[in-house]
Amino acid sequence: MSRVASFPGAKPANSDSSRKSQMSDFQECEVQNRRDQVDNKQSPVNLAVNVGGIRMVNPVTTGSGTFGFGPEYAPYLDLRQLGAITVKGITLEPRLGNPVPRIVETPAGMLNAIGLQNPGVEAFIRDHLPYLREVGVPVIVNIAGNTVEDYAAVAERLDQAPGVAGLEVNISCPNVKKGGLQFGTDPVMAAEVIGAVRASTKLPVIAKLSPNVTNIVAMAESVAQAGANALSLINTLLGMAIDVQARRPVLANVVGGLSGPAIKPVAVRMVWQVAQAVDLPIIGMGGITTAEDALEFILAGATAVAVGTANFINPRATLEVVAGLAAYCEANGIKDINELVGWAWKMSC
Amino acid sequence: MSLLCLAPILTQHEIAPRHFLLTFRAPAMAKVAQPGQFVHVRCGDTLDPLLRRPLSLHGIDRTKGTLTLLYRVVGKGTARLSRMQPGEALDVIGPLGRGFSLSLPFGQVVNEAVVVGGGIGVAPLLPLIEALLNQGSQVTVLLGARSADGLLGLKAFEQTGARVEIATDDGSLGVKGNVADLLKNWLTRGTVLPAGSGCVYACGPAPMLRTIWQMCAAHQIPLQVSLEERMGCGVGACLACVCRVTRTDEGKNKEISDDNNVKSSLALAADSDWKYARVCVEGPVFWGEEVLLDE
Ligand SMILES: Cc1cc2nc3c(=O)[nH]c(=O)nc-3n(C[C@H](O)[C@H](O)[C@H](O)COP(=O)(O)OP(=O)(O)OC[C@H]3O[C@@H](n4cnc5c(N)ncnc54)[C@H](O)[C@@H]3O)c2cc1C
Ligand SMILES: Cc1cc2nc3c(=O)[nH]c(=O)nc-3n(C[C@H](O)[C@H](O)[C@H](O)COP(=O)(O)O)c2cc1C
Ligand code: FES
Repeated sequence: MSRVASFPGAKPANSDSSRKSQMSDFQECEVQNRRDQVDNKQSPVNLAVNVGGIRMVNPVTTGSGTFGFGPEYAPYLDLRQLGAITVKGITLEPRLGNPVPRIVETPAGMLNAIGLQNPGVEAFIRDHLPYLREVGVPVIVNIAGNTVEDYAAVAERLDQAPGVAGLEVNISCPNVKKGGLQFGTDPVMAAEVIGAVRASTKLPVIAKLSPNVTNIVAMAESVAQAGANALSLINTLLGMAIDVQARRPVLANVVGGLSGPAIKPVAVRMVWQVAQAVDLPIIGMGGITTAEDALEFILAGATAVAVGTANFINPRATLEVVAGLAAYCEANGIKDINELVGWAWKMSC
Repeated sequence: MSLLCLAPILTQHEIAPRHFLLTFRAPAMAKVAQPGQFVHVRCGDTLDPLLRRPLSLHGIDRTKGTLTLLYRVVGKGTARLSRMQPGEALDVIGPLGRGFSLSLPFGQVVNEAVVVGGGIGVAPLLPLIEALLNQGSQVTVLLGARSADGLLGLKAFEQTGARVEIATDDGSLGVKGNVADLLKNWLTRGTVLPAGSGCVYACGPAPMLRTIWQMCAAHQIPLQVSLEERMGCGVGACLACVCRVTRTDEGKNKEISDDNNVKSSLALAADSDWKYARVCVEGPVFWGEEVLLDE
């Protein structure tokens, strides 16, 4: 056990701190872990949604790469209350990932260049999937690859693994030079990947689109044609930051993907455009930190939402969004959250 | 078990220019906290700065149920933290990570310890020293800073009863030089750590850690280092905070580079003996023999 010695020369940071500190002696530390849990069955509002064949008790999942494989956040919330869990991107072979620095904070956001560090599909099935199966909520496995064949092989392997509810195909990761960006920005190549995955699995296939394109609708239409059952949008926006003292890029990878509240308006706009053009359920994401943010996506046309970067700031953000959605519906006399999907354009047209 | 808490700040003092000592009440955290662990702190409730900031535990008081941080103001986050007032609630996750071990890898208790701290790196060392003294270890503390007034909380270290040696770059207190010099003197004086039960502990700037790491490897002395890296989640989920560690597991040649065009460290890794570990989970404290600190 240790104590902190007093520092003789130390002055209180503010003049009336002694009074306040006495007050706070009576104040207790509030433990937030697993507080105010939502009961999906008790709510008078129907929060259940169906995303291309994936049945979720509520519309909230996690952003791939921001929630690990689930157990990392188990101390802070009851994972069983989530609509689904979307895990870190998985490739056929293990990947080391990029050198550090891998992240940098930017105004109301962050850039990341993790480089798809992951243990590979075999180790995922062996070491991580059993835990997720125990949790019992739908598991969406995010997959990535360097070649069309890689994607197909991972999809085929996961098709045989019990406990996977669907595949989210990352054709948009901007960090891996050989795959990612090329697939994600060319409608023909994107369709090729989705087509190959479609042919390799019976599982629902979700195409995760990159925002780094001029025509997001063309991308969405192309992957829809190729057999996608749902769409996730958006992935991160390509960006960079420069250290002015060192006079060089902050990230070892030079460029990285921007996420967090800073990208929300871009994401909402893309969901709005795609939802009106393509008849597929959408998982909306990009800067969601609160239920109000999630509602913007739903009103723009998303059937479900993913909370990503916000988990880092508030590990309970997902469940707070679930609770907030239920409260909003109740307060506004909405019996089924599906009624709200696309409301902003359905009602104004 | 790590907790997410709204913990009332009890006191906050500026103990040296831009250096603050902040104590908050969190009995459940204090009960399980170990020397070398850290907390992930939200510096205010706005979206900018967005991320939490990792800070080591400088004081763990189980009886009072309080934890203390010692931090330097370097940017937006710590500047905001320094403006928080007693009575305000600190949004904090912790305790996190793997702390210092009071015994050696094969279970022997550390009988003699040399604890080396540079600059703000002294923060996690106070509870370590107390724990070592508590278990009856002999402890020598080597502290370094640019000048005398950069020696943070020197009194507290002296009050532990451990022997304290000091080095300053400008010679304003103790030996002129850095802590690595102190350690070198200490090692060459012939006061060799007892084989099998001695250990060096170190926390400080990366160049200092690298020197000490090389020195201890050369002298075959067990070493524990506390590392820093930029963190996103702080709980092992985002893979932002990695450092290189040696591989002992099978299939070491299987982690292949995804880009054959670029001769980066990725390509090097394919046939090398290292992999990435998370500073927030597998660290922040690593054994010298497992971590790779060379450039
Ligand atoms: C495990 C661990 C324990 C630490 N313990 C202490 C401590 O006890 N006392 C103390 O003063 N400092 C400590 N640090 C460093 C401290 O986290 C940074 O000084 C702090 O995050 C800077 O935030 P800022 O907003 O003031 O600076 P900015 O430079 O504005 O921060 C920008 C971003 O970079 C990150 N960052 C900047 N410097 C560091 C750094 N050295 N390490 C990690 N991330 C950094 C920030 O977290 C933030 O995301 C520790 C770091 C780690 C990883
Ligand atoms: C650290 C980090 C790692 C990520 N890893 C992946 C990944 O492996 N695969 C993927 O499709 N998206 C990945 N993403 C993107 C997120 O899933 C999400 O699409 C994006 O961050 C936008 O949502 P947000 O603003 O809520 O974070 C990652 C994002 C972050 C911040
Ligand atoms: S900070 Fe996210 S894994 Fe360490």
